[in-house]
Amino acid sequence: MKETVVKEPKGKAPQAGASEVVLPQLGFGGMLRWAWRQLTSMRTALFLLLMLAVAAVPGSLFPQRPSAPAEVTQYLKDNPGSGPIMDWFRLFDVYSSPWFAAIYLLLFTSLIGCVLPRAKIHWKAMRSAPPRTPKRLSRLAEYGTVTIPAGSGIDAETAVRDAAAVLKARRYRVDVRDLDTDRPSVGAEIGFMKEVGNLIFHTAMIGVLAAIAFSGLFGYSGQRVLVEGETFVNTLTGYDTFTPGANFGEGRLSPYSATLDRLVVKYDRSTEAHYGQPLDFTATLSVKDGPGAEAKTKTLKVNEPVAVGGTNLYLVGNGYAPVVTVKDGEGNVAFQGPVITIPTDGAYTSLMVIKVPDAKPKQLGFVGFFLPTAVYNDEGVAFGSDPDPFNPVLNLNAYTGDLGLDSGVPRNVFTLDTSGMKEINSRNLDAGGIVLKPNQSYTLPDGNGTISFDGIKRFAALDIRHDPGQAYVLVFALLALAGLMGSLFLNRRRVWVRTGNHPDGRTMVEFGLLARGEDHRLAGEYAAINKALHAKWLVPMDAAGQNDDEQIIINDSAQSVTAASKDQ
Amino acid sequence: MPEINQSFALLSERLMLLAGLAYAVAFCAYAWDLFTFSQAAKRGLAADTRATAAAAGVEKDAVLAGVGSGAARGSAGQDLGAGPQDRGVRPSSKTHAGSDGVTAGDSMRYGKERRVVARVAVALTILAAVVQGFAVLFRGLAAGRVPWGNMYEFCTTGSFAVAVVFLLVLTRRDLRFLGTFVIGLVLVMVVAASVAFWTPVGHLVPALQSYWLVIHVSIAVLSSAFFTLTFAMSVLQLFQSRREASIGSGKPDKFHVMRLVPNALSLENLSYRINGIAFVGWTLTLMFGSIWAEKAWGRFWGWDTKEVWTFVIWVVYAGYLHARATKGWTGTRAAWLSIVGYLCVVFNFTIVNVYFSGLHSYAGVGS
Ligand code: HEM
Repeated sequence: MKETVVKEPKGKAPQAGASEVVLPQLGFGGMLRWAWRQLTSMRTALFLLLMLAVAAVPGSLFPQRPSAPAEVTQYLKDNPGSGPIMDWFRLFDVYSSPWFAAIYLLLFTSLIGCVLPRAKIHWKAMRSAPPRTPKRLSRLAEYGTVTIPAGSGIDAETAVRDAAAVLKARRYRVDVRDLDTDRPSVGAEIGFMKEVGNLIFHTAMIGVLAAIAFSGLFGYSGQRVLVEGETFVNTLTGYDTFTPGANFGEGRLSPYSATLDRLVVKYDRSTEAHYGQPLDFTATLSVKDGPGAEAKTKTLKVNEPVAVGGTNLYLVGNGYAPVVTVKDGEGNVAFQGPVITIPTDGAYTSLMVIKVPDAKPKQLGFVGFFLPTAVYNDEGVAFGSDPDPFNPVLNLNAYTGDLGLDSGVPRNVFTLDTSGMKEINSRNLDAGGIVLKPNQSYTLPDGNGTISFDGIKRFAALDIRHDPGQAYVLVFALLALAGLMGSLFLNRRRVWVRTGNHPDGRTMVEFGLLARGEDHRLAGEYAAINKALHAKWLVPMDAAGQNDDEQIIINDSAQSVTAASKDQ
Repeated sequence: MPEINQSFALLSERLMLLAGLAYAVAFCAYAWDLFTFSQAAKRGLAADTRATAAAAGVEKDAVLAGVGSGAARGSAGQDLGAGPQDRGVRPSSKTHAGSDGVTAGDSMRYGKERRVVARVAVALTILAAVVQGFAVLFRGLAAGRVPWGNMYEFCTTGSFAVAVVFLLVLTRRDLRFLGTFVIGLVLVMVVAASVAFWTPVGHLVPALQSYWLVIHVSIAVLSSAFFTLTFAMSVLQLFQSRREASIGSGKPDKFHVMRLVPNALSLENLSYRINGIAFVGWTLTLMFGSIWAEKAWGRFWGWDTKEVWTFVIWVVYAGYLHARATKGWTGTRAAWLSIVGYLCVVFNFTIVNVYFSGLHSYAGVGS
């Protein structure tokens, strides 16, 4: 608190004395108290804030595991020397790293250590009378006088009560004092909400952090890719990937289901410049709240999640899932169904892998591309030119052999390990690559079976999230905002008015204003009070200018007001 | 989705070009104003030196500084008739020590002299802003949506916001000395938009089709416009305080132009106020951005690059506000923080948008 001094317009030499810390000769307890005072000092808060800003930056420079795990793996592969060292410093998990946590935990500790004593001081200040009237009001930042003419019937005591009424009407808290003397005065104060706002703001920051931690404990999230016609059931097995919070129990999942009926995608066809740019993704879901419940139709769009069973469903991706049938060498259907592909560009050139472990006599694997609109260049190489399926083509290479699925090593469904396999179809072989249009079928060489392209479906990638903390985050954020605005835009001021009876019958009034902290509107407040006082006593305003020359300092002891302003 | 209106789009680009030209001329006028003022100051100073040869040394110092009290200007400084009329003070300090009619300080009232060139510059700025306003409007009409969906539009609408905010503040405070810097920045933005970021009018990608785009981006742009003002003021503050220190130590005033600029303390106080408003704006930007992120991606915070930098900016300016209340950190150091904050804003807007990949990669450049 002692650091929030009233600032004086002296020369600027901020360097001096800023970092002189003298270690006191104290015992262990004293050291602790000293350390605590250092930690909760304004300078430390500032330092930690700046540290926090700096510490957040590396997370934007390097790929981060939570959002881009594949890029991190790639980075480590590309930088075998520096990568592991950076990893040791947690530069790929900046926001969950101990050093990042250390900074914000210290900051919040400092915050608590700062807020509590401030709250106590302010609580006291709010319940005590405005500070005593300074001896020399003329030394205050704003100072004015009013002279009530003789014969008006307003004596010093009436005037001071009037002044109190005027200030009260301006919502000041007033305290009339010294009525029994010949220099009665009133002390008034306003703007306690400024400090209250500041305290609310800082406390709410703690609330935001706590609410985020709460989310981490009780929330969960997962992903699921749904092909048109498929149904997601909200059980652990229904998810492709699942990230539980620290305090998650399976009982928290409510067993609703959602079927993707349709995914409609619209592309820009009206302008040349943005031809083929996506305009709209609309998924239609049939949602059942529980196993026996009635199905309701819901529309899911980007930016418009669907809320069901305590979770929200978000549409975060989409693509094509060509429907393929593979018959093996023995003529049995070894695989049938939509194959989810990974779009790699704006034309939905989509990477596709099919693994057929059930094929006999040998397992089959296919790798290639699905092109919604295939165009051929001079060399006959197909490439995608439009995201809509105007000329859909499957381009695949085929392999036989061991898919390596039985070895127990987890395999990515989107990559095919061909090390134990023999290539039987590709551009490099006499057999050539497999090129299929819808409803076409291809017979694999050497009696390995057939593959047919039966149709096209779309898939939607859904994020499913349950976050019980975010409502609290919002509440605390709004509180913080309100507190911040109060703290920044309200002004805390003190006003004192002192009156006295002049021997010639006039009643002399002087008043002064003092701001606590930044206050650029103090002059305006002065003018308003000046006007109100003149109006109260029906003294014409233009007389005020002359008053200034009269120098009616009622009390002229050499007491500096700065002492009064530093009442704490 | 409404059809794209190509003729409106063309009109918008023509108007934008026109506005750019007007800004360029206004920029020259502001610079010329500074130059002529500097010349006049030099001449006046020569006269002053003779006039004040007999005057008290203290007073002469004040006049030399060009930042002295109104009382000092009342004598020899009157010839110049320009420069701030009142003394800048921290609000809580006393202002009545002998100065006449001066109250709150910071009012940045200038002398009676009419700066014709500066008036022309402001008129040109108004003209340019009006034309640019129509350019922005027609861009929006052409696309049938708010005109801030890609870098070109952020830049053009953003520079418009800067110009408007500057003009609005001009009605309250005579900040014409800032014109060269602010309109210079506006010019840079318009040129960058047209040269580096130009994008034909188009519809929004689905990720941007949300009313949160209207709310979140408009507040971000507006706050950035305020930060632009305070950036320029903080830079000037650094120059001014060096000059004040040098004059204070008895060296001659070499930097006449800076007489036009209020004293460092007034600059600091005003930029603190504006930064306070802008900080609330940035807090809203951050909050609305989080709410939108929750709607779009299912989480309100995910340390996406853009989120990281929005956060960094917020924390830096929070640091700035703290600095103003920390002993030894007001004045020059606070100004540096304000500058660093603005550099982060610029970095977030340019480098992050263009070179960093992330969920926010829809700036419409590159791919
Ligand atoms: C999470 C970290 C913090 C943030 C984001 C933060 C932010 C802010 C902001 C934006 C302000 C200016 C608005 C206002 O006056 O309310 C402020 C003021 C203030 N903060 Fe913090 N703060 C943080 C931590 C702290 C800590 C740790 C302390 C104490 C050591 C502290 C002490 C103060 C004080 C005393 C003021 C009032 C300054 C004045 O009188 O102008 N803050 N803070």
